[in-house]
Amino acid sequence: MSLIYFEEKCTACGQCLDVCPFGVLSLEGDTLIIGEGCTLCGACVEACEFGALEVPEGAGEKVRPEIPPDGVWVFAEQRHGRLAPVGAELLGEARRLAADLRAPVAAVLLGHGVAGLAPELIAQGADTVYVVDHPRLAEFVEESYAVALAALAKEYQPEIILAGATYLGRAFIPRVATLLGTGLTADCTAFAIDADRRLLLQTRPAFGGNIMATIVTPYTFPQMATVRPRVMKAMAPDAGRSGQVIEARVEALEAAGRTHFVQTLSELTETAPLGEAEVIVAGGRGLKDGKHFALLQELAEALGGVVGATRGAVDAGWIPYSQQIGQTGKTVAPKLYIACGISGAAQHLVGIQSSDFIVAINTDPQAPIFEVADVGIVGDLFEVVPALIREIKSGR
Amino acid sequence: MNIIVCIKQVPETQEVRLDPVTHTLKREGVKSIINPFDLYALEEGLRVREARGGRVTVLTMGPPQAESALREALTYGADQAVLLSDKAFAGADTWATSLTLARGIAKLGGADLVFCGKQAIDGDTAQVGPEVATFLDIPYVSWARRLEFAADGLLRVERLLDHGYDLLEVDLPALITVVKEINEPRVPSFKAKLKAKSAPIPVYGAADLDLDPATVGLTGSYTQVVKVFPPPARGQRERLSGTPEEMAARLWQRMQAAVQR
Repeated sequence: MSLIYFEEKCTACGQCLDVCPFGVLSLEGDTLIIGEGCTLCGACVEACEFGALEVPEGAGEKVRPEIPPDGVWVFAEQRHGRLAPVGAELLGEARRLAADLRAPVAAVLLGHGVAGLAPELIAQGADTVYVVDHPRLAEFVEESYAVALAALAKEYQPEIILAGATYLGRAFIPRVATLLGTGLTADCTAFAIDADRRLLLQTRPAFGGNIMATIVTPYTFPQMATVRPRVMKAMAPDAGRSGQVIEARVEALEAAGRTHFVQTLSELTETAPLGEAEVIVAGGRGLKDGKHFALLQELAEALGGVVGATRGAVDAGWIPYSQQIGQTGKTVAPKLYIACGISGAAQHLVGIQSSDFIVAINTDPQAPIFEVADVGIVGDLFEVVPALIREIKSGR
Repeated sequence: MNIIVCIKQVPETQEVRLDPVTHTLKREGVKSIINPFDLYALEEGLRVREARGGRVTVLTMGPPQAESALREALTYGADQAVLLSDKAFAGADTWATSLTLARGIAKLGGADLVFCGKQAIDGDTAQVGPEVATFLDIPYVSWARRLEFAADGLLRVERLLDHGYDLLEVDLPALITVVKEINEPRVPSFKAKLKAKSAPIPVYGAADLDLDPATVGLTGSYTQVVKVFPPPARGQRERLSGTPEEMAARLWQRMQAAVQR
């Protein structure tokens, strides 16, 4: 299977050569040569103004099955009876998609002793709440969660399943998609419905956020996606909404699992997880010493946020890995990101690019962090941060 | 112990950037590297081999030039490397990739332990590990930061979740995806470097893996990319000057406006 090239349309302009992420295109005279390593990503097809390139139709003979009846499902993540905020965000988005599709919205609740959360999910937008209550779901284990959600989906047939792109969601949703024999798109940041084909258009960042891609699952159901927390908008909870609760039994949970939860080793309960935080104050090597994270903590507290760090600060042993942001740590998308003493290595920048507003405080005017910052301050963080804390506390 | 480490050759992502005006990719000779997370997976495989005995095989699916990533993996001390490569594999999404890798693992006689990095830095999906495990019908644990073999042969895994760290036990065979906290990858040895240069690397295609070409590559993929475009441009940038107090006052104004949006 290779790229389709219409030589008669090609003007040898070279646009496609520049856009190929893999550098496999070259020109020999006026003829395009497609080298080894083409992944059919389609970047060149987008770039070609002359229609000289096409990605072969992948699934020519595949026929789309009938639209399943059960509308848009949201996996309602909870832990020990507390719902993760991303569930309400996804229910808000599900309602918007369901309005276009004229379909119902359901929430799926997996856990043990969690049925009491159902009314909250109905208030957040669910028409139906499916509850699977089982001791094996009391703590998160990939296999049990996947078996339960896949069994429910087989029985009730949703058209779409959305789940939060949290560590938990990203750990088990791929197994669900594989068990159901359908496609999955990770870390989506926007959805739309293609009305003509009744397809879910799933947009996500790729290449560390440098490129956006819109992806469809055209021939199988359900269409599945994980969604970044804090991207979709929850609706205002409406306690007056009515909905039904269906308690489902999943036979497969009775068989002994192969993965067993032993215990929780440490909790990061004091602060919101980085992925959910609206405000993040992050520090890098410019802090010079781990004890100076206390200053960032003070600023974070004044703003109701949490503290994050660069790889450099983590490697120096100043702060645990759980707070590391960037390519080898977490990807974050807060409303406000304040980078203190962070030079802005590319590996760090890919983790913060989805932030709404970026502030950089650094002594080096050449630091790359200033290229992405909405507001940049060339200055000493040990002077600016205390001044900022005073300003915030002054109540102006 | 038969250990297989799945790796991926990726472009160094920070060099891949779409120009917001021309929609063309800005790239100064994109270099190919082993996905950084996979080096931690490889290191963990090597450590398990050193502690428990066995063999470490590195496996990848990719174009012929992915062989160089495998050769590099051999310099760290893997025993053998296998490349899954076929024109029919091109354009694979995570489903088709995982199916192909799972067949490759089966072709190698299966594994007691499969290691993957937590995700690849080009796609960032974190899907291939769990999907390979599902095709192999073995359990898996994502985001492992520590492994330990209990006396009864069970594998104990500490793993990172949103709330903190959990301890799990998993039956073998199993697949583990690792975070970078798990270890510090070694430096390639001179001896292994010499050996890697001439090591034979078998290449298997769809036919060798008994895979129907319709189930792999773009044809076998359930997802399709329909559009690629640059991310939205950021708003007006501002560089502040003045005393710390003046800058703090202006910054606080801008911050309040931004958060209220």
